[in-house]
Amino acid sequence: MSDTIKIRATVNGDICTVKSLIKHPMETGQRKDKKTGKIIPAHFIQEVNCEHNGKNVLNADWGVAISKNPYLSFEFTGAKPGDKVTLSWSDNKGEKDSITTQIS
Amino acid sequence: MNTKRRTFLKGTLAGSAVAVAVGAGLLNPRQALAATWPKSAFDSKDVAGALQGLFNTDLTIPSADIDIRAPDIAENGAVVPVTISTKMKGVSSVSLIVEKNPNPLAAVFNLASNTLPDVSTRVKMGKTSNVIAIVKVGDKTYSARKEVKVTIGGCGG
Repeated sequence: MSDTIKIRATVNGDICTVKSLIKHPMETGQRKDKKTGKIIPAHFIQEVNCEHNGKNVLNADWGVAISKNPYLSFEFTGAKPGDKVTLSWSDNKGEKDSITTQIS
Repeated sequence: MNTKRRTFLKGTLAGSAVAVAVGAGLLNPRQALAATWPKSAFDSKDVAGALQGLFNTDLTIPSADIDIRAPDIAENGAVVPVTISTKMKGVSSVSLIVEKNPNPLAAVFNLASNTLPDVSTRVKMGKTSNVIAIVKVGDKTYSARKEVKVTIGGCGG
């Protein structure tokens, strides 16, 4: 299980809606630490991938403008209950995480 | 010596890219490097540069078929919910640009053929600005914009 990703995939007819929340600071590299006056280095998610039964359905490239603790939702067709959906992310420091869930 | 040469090369490349790009469209480095993060587009400080980095052209076709759902007035610029959807068929990517952010490009969503062009996320906005949606269909890029007024900025906090 993943500590950083919450995901829900529901199917309605043929269309699967994936909603996810990722826990991440999404630091822009433009903010200053109020105590030290130093710029806080950028730390943000660059890539988010989503696979349905091992086939890529979404590949997102993100910049620093995505909000802290990002929310992402999208839809794809050709899904049925019980199918596997995997969501993974990686950031500019090389950290990454992924989660697999079943469509309900 | 060597480092100076590097900066010189970078400078000339950046300068010539704008001039060349008007007549370009023949070469698309983005296609060759589909899996990599488009650094030049995300580092760009203006909208035209971001479009150059993504599509090699800053010309887009305004379209009424793209629907941007975002608040008219955002009380908190750090969290502005945005949904982009369109009824167009064969959309290969959806990009989200916040015009007046320090780095305007916020996100690029590359879609598989069975993924619907309907994505939602939340972005930071430094100040009142247009949110621009770019939808790529085949080799054409369509755009739509919507102004969002920001009362508290999301950058610098």
